[in-house]
Amino acid sequence: MNKEFVKFDKVDKSYDGKILVVKDLQLDIEEGEFVTMLGPSGSGKTTCLMMLAGFETPTHGEIYLNGKAISSIPPHKRGIGMVFQNYALFPHMTVYENLAFPLRVRKIPKDEADKKIDKALSMVSLQGFAERMPGQLSGGQQQRVAVARSLVFDPQLVLMDEPLGALDKNLRESMQYEIKHIHESIGVTVVYVTHDQSEALTMSNRIAVFNDGKVQQLSSPDELYEKPVNSFVAEFIGENNTFAGEVSDISGGKCKVKLANAEILANPISVKRKGEKTKISLRPERALINPSDKMDNIHSGKVEEVIYHGDHTRVRMNVLGNNQFILKVPNSSANLDIKLGKEIKIGWNSEDARALDPK
Amino acid sequence: MNSETQKILTTDGIPLEVSLKKAERKNKIKAFLLVAPLLLFIIITYVIPIGSMLTRSIDDKMVTEMLPKTFKSMETWDGQELPPEEVFEAFYLDFQNLVDERREGKLSTQLNYTKNGFKSIIKKLRRKSKSFVEGNYKEQIMSVHKRWADVEYWQAIKRRAPAYTVQKYLKGIDMYKNDKGEIVNVSEDRRIHRLLWLRTIEVALFVTIFCFLMAYPIAHLLATLPMKYSNLLMICVLLPFWTSLLVRTASWMILLQQQGIVNDFFVFIGLVANDARPEMMYNKTGTYVAMTQILLPFMVLPLYSVMKTISPSLMRAGKSLGGTPFTTFWKIYFPLTIPGIGAGCLLVFILAIGYYITPALVGGASGTLISNQIAFHMKATLDWSFASAMGLMLLTGVLAIYWVYNKIVGIDNIKLG
Repeated sequence: MNKEFVKFDKVDKSYDGKILVVKDLQLDIEEGEFVTMLGPSGSGKTTCLMMLAGFETPTHGEIYLNGKAISSIPPHKRGIGMVFQNYALFPHMTVYENLAFPLRVRKIPKDEADKKIDKALSMVSLQGFAERMPGQLSGGQQQRVAVARSLVFDPQLVLMDEPLGALDKNLRESMQYEIKHIHESIGVTVVYVTHDQSEALTMSNRIAVFNDGKVQQLSSPDELYEKPVNSFVAEFIGENNTFAGEVSDISGGKCKVKLANAEILANPISVKRKGEKTKISLRPERALINPSDKMDNIHSGKVEEVIYHGDHTRVRMNVLGNNQFILKVPNSSANLDIKLGKEIKIGWNSEDARALDPK
Repeated sequence: MNSETQKILTTDGIPLEVSLKKAERKNKIKAFLLVAPLLLFIIITYVIPIGSMLTRSIDDKMVTEMLPKTFKSMETWDGQELPPEEVFEAFYLDFQNLVDERREGKLSTQLNYTKNGFKSIIKKLRRKSKSFVEGNYKEQIMSVHKRWADVEYWQAIKRRAPAYTVQKYLKGIDMYKNDKGEIVNVSEDRRIHRLLWLRTIEVALFVTIFCFLMAYPIAHLLATLPMKYSNLLMICVLLPFWTSLLVRTASWMILLQQQGIVNDFFVFIGLVANDARPEMMYNKTGTYVAMTQILLPFMVLPLYSVMKTISPSLMRAGKSLGGTPFTTFWKIYFPLTIPGIGAGCLLVFILAIGYYITPALVGGASGTLISNQIAFHMKATLDWSFASAMGLMLLTGVLAIYWVYNKIVGIDNIKLG
């Protein structure tokens, strides 16, 4: 497998010559990988995709596809499949004609093309829809046609630009699995853009979190969630309890962080020495009530709000001066006595409290 | 199913349908009253005048009313030989009435349209008829002039009997009913209307084509440019709308005349010799140039409104799927603009086919169109019935185009904005 199937090499992009939308981007994508570019709107992720597709040119730097520089190749010669946010099906053509378009321009003989179209349609379970017009299909079906069309000419790389954005929640979830399974079964390389973190976590092999024109972190979903490298990633992905403070001691893979009125033990990720400002990030499910004695952070807090969620209960507490501290408590009979205004003890391991940059 | 379930009643026993109608009646009346003034306005200012103009084109009641007895007695006459005594008597009585009302002059004009030579014999009849005695009017009338004894003149009178006629329409296509009642072409050197019809269609067709060729790129630019530039361009497109039609046509006259700017420029770049400046005005060229410019916005706007709705991602999709820019344009963009093309072409063609002022001013002899002919008959010859006959023919032509278009493209595919 080619480790550098797609390579962004020091790519800058500016639209107006004043602001850099993409800054010094360095990104390698492995062949057969499903990589998601995740980030808030305006973070430069779609711009990166458009540069890869050829609809935008990098202001500086070069993009390589399978070892070849592609900046000077026009989009129609790149052979990259693409799924657009609004599907971009050709409204005056039937589903069959939509799928036949990329094959016709490649002058593939009709019987061979028909086979490919059949295969692509069965991949998205839309056999029998070939003669429909796109307007006669539901949003989900149109989306599947768009996916089938991007794959029908066997591209090595498929780009997807927020393809599920217009679908309702249930359909979106089932399409996520469907796209994931298609990717697994044919082994095509997929670059996927979304601002929906759960979508990214569900589907991807690796996720590149974009912010401010830069990749903040590129890693697998679990690593991204469990081990965010900076406070932006920690806050962007999943829920997060934070404490801002100053490092008062650092030794043996642990650090002491002094808060306004307390001191907690944490895992030093981006702090190096005493006196540095830091922000501690702790996932809600890593803090437990009724902590065991083995935990090295045990504090008490006051319950401020209890929200029932069926399988679990969200508890908002005031812990060490942070009154937005969230706790997820499984709904078991042992936890029934959590009441508003009650003081309870909670604890967590210092390993899970990651001391990140103070931003 | 029993009848109770078929008819749903409201709680107080009134059938639901009746109740619904009653509830909605007020709204319906209100809605009608709101549009009533406009409806009335349209009927008074549009439907009635146009309707009366159109009936005028087939109206031939004048002679019918002037000679009621004559035509009644002529009903039994076979028209082969000279009519019998009753016809002459009836004609004499009708004629005396007209003389009393001093309307015999009008009769002579009308009959003279049908056949030359009536004018003088009616004048003579008026003079002589004063001394007619009762009885045997046939002899007396025939003795006035030998033409009164000619059966062809009586046939000519009989042809004016119907209150309605299509004669004006025949005239509009250079045909007429001859003495035997057959429809034949007028002699070749007098066929001017057919030429005008053909020229009108030709000019309208070419103006439509020129407009399309020029408007398509402009509309595309308008639809794809960023807002601040496209607004400016839109103003440029609409600017002609805010200028008087006469001013625009007059400026074309300044530009196109032989000593005009365009010719000066041609001479300057050495395209033509100074003493051989081409005539670009008072002929078809002038009509083409000025009409294309004036009708251009009517093509740009429908095209623009359609192109605006075509998502740019379609073109991107086409390219990402491997289509060259041309293939993508031709297979994807162009077919999607057809509703706009249809609307624009139909609009421009219909406007061009009835265009009046511009061809009148810059057209000259070889550049005038059928509408100029209609205006000529309205203003100069005062033959309103002929003018309205040609007007109706024009209208029918336009409706026919509309119908054909509907059959081929489908009128609901049209998008005007």
